[in-house]
Amino acid sequence: MAPHTEQLTRPAVRLTGLTRSFEGRTVLDGIDLELPAGSFTALLGHSGSGKSTLLRAIAGLDHRVAGGGELAAPERVSVVFQDARLLPWRRVLDNVLLGADGKAAAARGRAALAEVGLGGRERAWPSELSGGEAQRAALARSLVREPELLLADEPFGALDALTRIRMHGLLRALWQRHRPSVLLVTHDVDEAIVLADRVLVLDHGRIGLDLTIDRPHPRSYRDPLLGEYRERLLAALGVTEDRA
Amino acid sequence: MTTSATEKTAATTTVTSAAPADAGAPVRVRRARRGLSPGRRLPAARLAGPLVLLALWAAASAAGRLDPGAIPAPWTVLRTAGRLWSDGTLPTDVATSLRRAAYGFAIGLGAGVLLALAAGLSRTGEALIDGTVNLNRAIPTLGLIPLFILWLGIGETFKVAIIAIVVYIPIYLNTHAALAGIDTRFVELAEVQGLSRYRFLREIVIPGALPGFFVGLRLGVTGSWLGLVVLEQINATSGLGYMMFQAQNYGQSDVILVGLLVYGVFGLVSDSVVRLVERRVLSWRRTLSS
Repeated sequence: MAPHTEQLTRPAVRLTGLTRSFEGRTVLDGIDLELPAGSFTALLGHSGSGKSTLLRAIAGLDHRVAGGGELAAPERVSVVFQDARLLPWRRVLDNVLLGADGKAAAARGRAALAEVGLGGRERAWPSELSGGEAQRAALARSLVREPELLLADEPFGALDALTRIRMHGLLRALWQRHRPSVLLVTHDVDEAIVLADRVLVLDHGRIGLDLTIDRPHPRSYRDPLLGEYRERLLAALGVTEDRA
Repeated sequence: MTTSATEKTAATTTVTSAAPADAGAPVRVRRARRGLSPGRRLPAARLAGPLVLLALWAAASAAGRLDPGAIPAPWTVLRTAGRLWSDGTLPTDVATSLRRAAYGFAIGLGAGVLLALAAGLSRTGEALIDGTVNLNRAIPTLGLIPLFILWLGIGETFKVAIIAIVVYIPIYLNTHAALAGIDTRFVELAEVQGLSRYRFLREIVIPGALPGFFVGLRLGVTGSWLGLVVLEQINATSGLGYMMFQAQNYGQSDVILVGLLVYGVFGLVSDSVVRLVERRVLSWRRTLSS
C-alpha cells in the first residue's frame, strides 16, 4: 500500500475482509480498506467491477445482500447519486431539507444552496432546473446533513463535459471548506486524477491498485505529470493507451 | 434552440461551398421547427363543444326540422325546467339524487383510500385486500342490485351501498397502483436521508401516489353519477331518475331532457371541481395539459 501524504489521526471508514455476493457470484472478494478522516479518494473500475456495490455497502443500502466482513463508517453519511434524485413534488429548498428539521436546518439549507450557486432558486420546482443545477441541488442536500463521509456514485456521469468540469471545481471547493471524507466512485480516469488525492482501482472484487496522487490543486487535465498516473491507472484497468 | 442554430450554420456552409461565385446570395434562414405541443389553451375551451351542439339543436328546432314530440326545442326544455322548479318537484328530486350521490361517493372515497393505503403499505394488507377487491371488480356492480335489495331493502341504504361500490373500485385500483409503484430510487433516497417510516410515507409515498389517486377520483366521480342514473331508473320512488321514468310513461320528452340536463350539469361541475383541486394540488406537474 502506498504511503498516504496526510496521515490523519483516525480513519473515517474501515473495511476488513468485506465480501458481498449476488446469487452466488462474488462481487466483493474480501476488501481491506481504510479511508482517513477528511481524505478525498476516488474509486475506479470497469462497470460491473463492484464499485457501486462497495459504495452501497458503506452507505448501508445493501439490505438482503449476502456477504460478510467488518465495516465501520461514521454516523453522518451523505450520498450523491448519478441522478439528482430530487422529489418532483417538492420545491428545491424543501428537497434540500429532506430529512432535516427546524429553523436551523432551513438556514443551513439556504446557505448550502447559495454555496452551490443556486441562491435565489429556493422556490423553483426540480423540473425547472437543468441537469447541472439539479445535481448542484443534490450536492446542497448532501451538505445540509453536515456529513462526515460523502459518498458519490458517478455523480457527474450524466452531465455534459463543460458542466462536469465546473462541477469538479465545485466539489473540490466544497470538500476543502467542509472537509468530509469523500469517496467518489467513477469510471472516468481523468476525473479521478484531477479530483482525488488517492485513487483505488477495483478489479475482480479486490483493490487492484492503491495510488496516491501527490500533485497540487487545482489540477489541469493537460498537466503532463498527471500522464504518468493516468498510464498506471489505465494499465491497472487493463487498457494501454497506445494500442487503442 | 441549439439545434436550429447548428443547422443554420450547416446550411450556410453548404450554400457557400456549392456556389462560391455567388457570394452575395442571401443566406436562407431556417424557419422555426413545427411545434408538436398542442399550443395555448383556448379560452373556456371545455364549454366550446357543448355550446356548438346547443346552437345546432336550437337552429334545427327553430327551422322545424325536429319532431317536438321526440326532441323538444331547448326553450321548451327550459320552460319545463322552470315549471318543475317552481312547483317544487324538481328541487326535491335534485336534493334526493344529490344526497344519494354524495353519501355513496363519500363512503366509496373513504373505503377506496383506506383499503389502498392498507394494501399498498403493508404486505399483510396487500395479501388480504388486493385479491378481494379484484374479485369484486370482476363482478359487474350493477349485477349486485337484486342481492342488495334482498339484503338491505329497497330504501336508501342499498342505493348508497351500490354507488359506494362503483366509486371505491377505481379509487382503490389507481391509488394502490400508485402506492405500489413508488420509485425504488426514492426509497433509497429516504434511507440515505435518514427518514423515519412515518416521514417516508408522508413526504415521499403519499405525495408520489397523489397523481394516481386523482385519476381514480375522477373515475369515481363519474361512476357515482352513472350508478345513480341506473339505480333511480330501476327501482326508486323519488329522485331525478324516478322523475324521468315517470315522464317516459306519460310521453313527456321535455321532462326527460330536463333530467338529463341536470345529470349532465352535475357531472360536468363535479368533474371540474376535481380537476381544479387536482391542478392546485399537483401544481408541480408541468404536462401538455397545463
